Amino acid sequence: MTSDPVPGADDGYDEWADALVEEGFYLECPNEHGSLPPRRVCPECGSDSLSEVPLPVRGEIVTFSQVHVAPPDFADNTPYVTAIAEFGPVRLTGIVRGLDAEEVTVGTRVETDVAQNGTTGKRLVVFRPRQ
Amino acid sequence: MTGVRVAGVGLTPFGEHDGRTGRDLFAAAADEALADAGVDRDDVEQLNYGNFMGALAERQGHQAPLMAEAAGLHCPATRYEEACASAGVAVREAVRAVRSGEQDVVLAGGMERMTNLSTARVTESLAVAADELFEVRAGVTFPGAYALMARAYFDQFGGSREDLAHVAAKNHEHALDNEYAQYQRRVTPEDALDAPPIASPLHLYDACPITDGASALVVVSESYAEANDLAAPVRITGTGQGGDRAALQDRAAIPETPAAADAAEMAYDDAGVGPDDVDVAEVHDCFTIAEVLALESLGFYDPGEAVGAARRGETTADGALPVNLSGGLKAKGHPVGATGGSQIAELTRLLRGDHPNSDAVADATVGLTHNAGGTVASAVVHVLEVAR
Repeated sequence: MTSDPVPGADDGYDEWADALVEEGFYLECPNEHGSLPPRRVCPECGSDSLSEVPLPVRGEIVTFSQVHVAPPDFADNTPYVTAIAEFGPVRLTGIVRGLDAEEVTVGTRVETDVAQNGTTGKRLVVFRPRQ
Repeated sequence: MTGVRVAGVGLTPFGEHDGRTGRDLFAAAADEALADAGVDRDDVEQLNYGNFMGALAERQGHQAPLMAEAAGLHCPATRYEEACASAGVAVREAVRAVRSGEQDVVLAGGMERMTNLSTARVTESLAVAADELFEVRAGVTFPGAYALMARAYFDQFGGSREDLAHVAAKNHEHALDNEYAQYQRRVTPEDALDAPPIASPLHLYDACPITDGASALVVVSESYAEANDLAAPVRITGTGQGGDRAALQDRAAIPETPAAADAAEMAYDDAGVGPDDVDVAEVHDCFTIAEVLALESLGFYDPGEAVGAARRGETTADGALPVNLSGGLKAKGHPVGATGGSQIAELTRLLRGDHPNSDAVADATVGLTHNAGGTVASAVVHVLEVAR
């Protein structure tokens, strides 16, 4: 089950998620393809020369859903809004906080934050409103 | 390269099978397929078996040899896992094995047990098909992922919940006389619109049910069919497979499924046909929006045009291109590891003339199946043809 600890599964991801609280980053290859860690090569072109680049502070929601039927790891949170937001060349998936579900639209401007999933203890990418 | 025929098909009814094991379900489907084909089980040279969540649902891995044993087969057996496209890829590999000349008779299909888990556990188990780090941890469920695609579709192309409600109503209507279907029950567009939300904008009747079931096909070479005087009029003339990034956030466009487009192009080229030649299709409608995305990727509609197809009556039983005459995953049910095989079984019956909805496509010669894994990070397409 997904709540079981999987040794090594968080390597690279946790460091990336922690950084989202202050200045987040993404990975860029020499061909300027953006991607997220953990990653050994660029998924677009296979380049293994990846460098950390600051994530734009402000993103924009491109799609979202209010989830009413959740897996056990999120049972305490329903309903919640999950969204994909675009930050420059990369997109992130996270949970929207600080806005009512009715206030969320495609185009809503957000910034990143990190919370803890109370059930699993794992990091949770959060989007908060930002003008 | 030798031709490939579907000599026989077998299905369990789809639905809740309390107290039955996966072995029992698959053995029943295999038995029916072998009897339908008139093929001796000793002639089966290989089992290609699809299953997705058996290690979670029945705590049973290494299922393929167990299923061979349950079906009374003495041959190598391999499990294929590609989420909800598991049986589709199992059939595709059977076609390739027969075409290569290596095998003459392959049993292909799949099985899934799902209703023995709670809804929350099924939701969690299905979510394993998504990207664990970037989607599952962010609360993305299987319905939630398709909801993200639906919202993006509406935003980019237009369309509404009402359009999707007509997809649900159509597929339920098609299932009314199908004895294998989980829901032989009418659902109106109003019912679908009024149903409780699962993951907005998708509501209960936009989603396929949780299902137990098995499918099996006897796939044979032309030469075996002729040598054994089999009545096997349906040929598999095209097969194709496509892949994409696992997480929706990493796709080039969220309301499009290029893996299905790639699979279709491969299958069309293989068969030497195009979308205009297809008379009837079974597509992967795990959610109503999935049928819309499939019809566009398969080349039946331009992007943004398929959302109104059911509402306009174009994909209904009496329309120009009947889609999901079996009832689809939506009404027939979706035992994930069995689905791809059941689509080909249903299409074979439709083309042979022994399906309750065969009258709707009495002159059909070319049919297509589309089986998708996850949010279409993988897709398998087959073209079936019958001589009239």
